[in-house]
Formats: sequence, C-alpha cells, structure tokens
Amino acid sequence: MYMNLFLLVWNYLKAKPLNTALNIFLLSLGIAVITVLLLFNNQVQEKIASNAKGIDLVVGAKGSPLQLILSSIFHIDFPTGNIKLIEAERLRKHRLVKKAIPLALGDSYLGFRIVGTNRDYVTGYSAVLETGSWWKKTLDVTVGATVAEKAKLKIGDTFVSAHGLTTDGHAHEENRYVVTGIMARNNSVLDNLILTDIKSIWKVHDQLSLADTASQGGIYSLVPGLMTTDSLREITSLLIQYRNPLAVIQLPRYINTNSHLQAAAPAFETARLFSILGVGVDVLRGFAGVLILISGLSIFIALYNSLKERRYDLAIMRSMGARRRLLLTAILLEGSLLCVLGSVLGLLMGHGSLWIFTHTVEASQKAGLQSFVFYPEEAWLLVSSIVLGFLCSLLPALEAYRTDIHKVLAGN
Amino acid sequence: MIETSGVGYAYPGQPPIAFGNLSLASGSHWLLLGESGSGKTTLLHLLGGLLRSQQGHINVLGTDIAKLSETALDRFRGQHYGFIFQKNHLITALSVRHNLLLSPYLAGLPQDDLRVAEVLSQLGLSDKANARVNALSYGQAQRVAIARAVLNRPAVILADEPTSALDDRNCDKVIDLLLETSDRHKAMLVVATHDQRLKDKFKNRINL
Repeated sequence: MYMNLFLLVWNYLKAKPLNTALNIFLLSLGIAVITVLLLFNNQVQEKIASNAKGIDLVVGAKGSPLQLILSSIFHIDFPTGNIKLIEAERLRKHRLVKKAIPLALGDSYLGFRIVGTNRDYVTGYSAVLETGSWWKKTLDVTVGATVAEKAKLKIGDTFVSAHGLTTDGHAHEENRYVVTGIMARNNSVLDNLILTDIKSIWKVHDQLSLADTASQGGIYSLVPGLMTTDSLREITSLLIQYRNPLAVIQLPRYINTNSHLQAAAPAFETARLFSILGVGVDVLRGFAGVLILISGLSIFIALYNSLKERRYDLAIMRSMGARRRLLLTAILLEGSLLCVLGSVLGLLMGHGSLWIFTHTVEASQKAGLQSFVFYPEEAWLLVSSIVLGFLCSLLPALEAYRTDIHKVLAGN
Repeated sequence: MIETSGVGYAYPGQPPIAFGNLSLASGSHWLLLGESGSGKTTLLHLLGGLLRSQQGHINVLGTDIAKLSETALDRFRGQHYGFIFQKNHLITALSVRHNLLLSPYLAGLPQDDLRVAEVLSQLGLSDKANARVNALSYGQAQRVAIARAVLNRPAVILADEPTSALDDRNCDKVIDLLLETSDRHKAMLVVATHDQRLKDKFKNRINL
C-alpha cells in the first residue's frame, strides 16, 4: 500500500495500541449506554402508542388509574377490581361513546393472560389469523403468536387456566379451554394474550348457568345472548372510543363523579408513567454524557502528549515538503478516527447488549423488544462523535500546524 | 547553483550573524565548518528553506527561495532537497518502506516501489524494506535516513552533524556513503559540522 494520509494516521494509532484501545473503549461505553437508552425508550414508546391506539378511555373499578391502564391495555398489572356489567352497558349507550369493548380478566395460562372480550377488540388492533378460526363457542380460545410459540399450543390443544397471572395459581380443573385459532404476529400486546369470549371466563368461575339467559327483558349489547335482567354479572373493564372531541373533557368527569366507576385516559397515564421513569433515564443519560466527556478529554490529552513525542516527526515531515495544512488535517483525522471507531463500537455494543438482554431475560421477550432496529438518532450519534473528535483534536492540530521546523530541528 | 548575497540572521536578543556571499556549483561537495554557536545550523537551515532569511537573497536552481510563499517553499523543499540530521528522525510508527515512500508522498511526487528497492539495495538494505524502524541498528537507521534523503533525486543534500555521534570507523563509513551517494545522484552535498575528522574528505570549505 502506498503512503497516504489515512495510512499515516492509522499507523500512528497502531503504534500506541493500548492508548488507542483505551480511548476507543471509553468512548464506546458512553455511546453504548446512550444507544441502549435510545433503543429502549423508542421501542417502549412505540409499543405504548401502538397498544393504546384507538383507545381513548379505560373504565374500570375505582383504584389507581395507572394500574387500570397497565392492567387493561398493556396487561402487565393486576386489575383494580370488577365493575357491574349493567353499569358498563349503561355507559355503552352514552351519546359520547362511539365504541366500547368489554374485558374480563383474572386468569392465565403459563403466565399468559386469558382475556374475555368480543371481536371488536381484535379489530381494533387489525389482528389477523395465522391458522384456525376465531373463538365461537364458550371455552374456545384464539391465542397470540408468542403464546403459541412459547406455550407450544396448536389447534385442538386443550388446557386448564390458573387463577391470577402466575403459573402456580389455583387451577380451574373442571373446564378445559380449546385452541381454535392462532393469530399472526401483530407486534402488539395481542401476541401475548389468549382471547376468548366473556362467558368463558364466567363459566370457568362457575358463574354461568343456562337459566340466566332464559329470563325476560333486553339483551346486553356488550355480551351477546345475555339478558339485561341478569344484573349480577361483572366484567373487569371497558375500553372506550370517543364519538367526538367534546368527550375528552366531558366523559371522564361524568364517569368519575357520577358512578362507582373510574375512567383513566391512556395518553395521560402513560405520559405520567414516563415522567416517573424519565428521572432514571435522565440519570443514565447524564452518566453516559460524563463518560463521553471524559473520553473526549482523554483523547485530547493523548493527542497533546503524543504531539510532544512527535515534534521531530512533524518537523521532519515539514522538511520533506509537508504543508502545514497537511499536518493539521492529520491530527484532526486522528482524533476523528478515534471517535468514529469508538462510536461505531459503542453502537454495536448497545445493540449487542440489548440482543443479549432480550435473549436471556424472558420479560423483555414478552415486551417484544427488538435489538436490531436502527433509529435516525444513531446517525446523529455518529455525526456528533465526529464533531467531538474534531473538537478534542483541534488544539493539538493547531499546535502541529504551528510547528517551527527550524527551532525543533536545530534542537533548542 | 546556490548563490547567496548579503544573507544575515538575528535571533531575538542576540547580535546578528552576517554570512559571506556563497556560490556553490551543482554536484560539488562542501564542508561547513565552525564552532558550536557559530551559526552553522542557521546557515544550513537558511540554505534549505527551513528558516527564512531576514535579509539578502538565496538563489537555488534559479529560484529566490525568500520570495516563495509558505506552501510553495514546502513544495520546493520536498522536491529539490534531501535532509540528513544528527539523529535519524525516522518515523517510528512506520515501516522502512513507508518511511521512504513518505518522501515522494509529502513532496507531491509519484510513489515508486522500484525506486525504493533501488535505493535500498544501493545502501545495502534490500532485506529491510518491511522492517520496523525500531528493529534497526543505529547504522542501519542512519543508512535509511540517507536513503530517504536521496529518494526523490534531490539537487541538494544538506547534512547537519551527521557524524558527531559516531566512532571513527562508522564516521568514515557514513561520510564515504554520503559522498558516494551524492555523486551517484549528481547532487550537491553540504555537510555542516564541527567534526575535524571530516576535513580531509572535502576539497571545498565554508568557514564560519
């Protein structure tokens, strides 16, 4: 290979392997932390946005509004309690409500939650079937892609649900669920759910007898085939879509003041959740910033020190015809190259550690975190690291530019 | 082909040094003799365009180098001069071959591996092309420095105390090599030194 500026700079970096490695590693640590935060934050926000899409309000039993959102939208917390179906039905008919989807929660299979609902729920997520069919009869279930994969469920399999969200809860031995369909991967919370109709949940909990449906009166719109006279029925929560923007102001207040129910807006609660988590994220980000700052300082010091050793090299190169600008460029290139290498390594480490995380921690798999998606912010990380390299090599580079050949070579 | 008139230089706070007018023919060999502090290095650097003269004219190959811009002077230096210093000052981060190729690269001339091989074999270093500079003996390193100085076929070779750190035997070897190499390349050789051992080797002298 013939001599060129890059080769010259590269050889200088290679001549001090430990220094070079330390500087690259220090910077890459900072960049890796930022990358992980970036991937984590972006994906969690995307998940939250897509999971809460089309749901304006969640109505459930009184309690923590955040808990209500977490349990009814993200399915990661216990429900706040139950609400009367008759009250939910009344709300369904409110003029500001466009759509209302009932949810009955409480049981799980191998840690995957069983959700009693209706078909509107899957339509909201635009979910499609991979194989089989949607649930039709009581105790029919349609399972999400992750559930089918992890619990090794296929069409026709039967299983017994457990109470609660753990695998060792009280098992409902008498009633076996039958898998009738498996959903295609949806990249939403549906992937981790087992869906059935609400009556299945009641049946498992010994609340459903045929006599109930024989009474007179109207029929529940939320649970087809159930008479309104059946006033003891309960569900867990109701997902509501507003009819018009007026509802944003009126409906939550109406519900919270005029009933035993509680209304919580996902947008508001998730924003609140993020502001709580945000403190931790900020601390980590600050830590990464300090790491990057230190690595910049370390690169500056390394360049500045090596410049002392290289005074003769620089003067000799000048005597051989090197222009001042060439030496300036060489030092700037050296700093920038260090930073580019550091940040590329950092990005790889960031993605890599998330990959290891998602392959070892089961909860992160359920959250559906991807380690090899790339965000435009990463390009910005790269660009700003070049700027950092430029900044910390600027002073040494100017020093190199000002090398006085005569003084150095005359030895005084 | 180096002609000077009225060249002088004053360091801050010191009396100015005035140099006599010189006329050095191409291909000639010169010894620049003087005690330490007499201005040998200063004159050598003035002649080599490493230091700008404060007065007078220095004409090299028909160019008044005092009138060249900084960039033009860099280019002129790279293409027409070869420098040898007391210490070898090879770039230790680079291999022997890359040290030599640095010469045409920095001078803006085409890099030629055949020329590198030619010069290395002339100086008995054929097997050292890919060696690291740190792996060379002192004598070998000095020869690489000479190879680097002549690689671009310069018209002028300037050497500053090339032998002062050497014993008699090596002193002889190096100065013979310098004379032989500059003859082969038809280059003018100016050696600045206070080393009395070199007196007999040169016909032409500049005494300061």
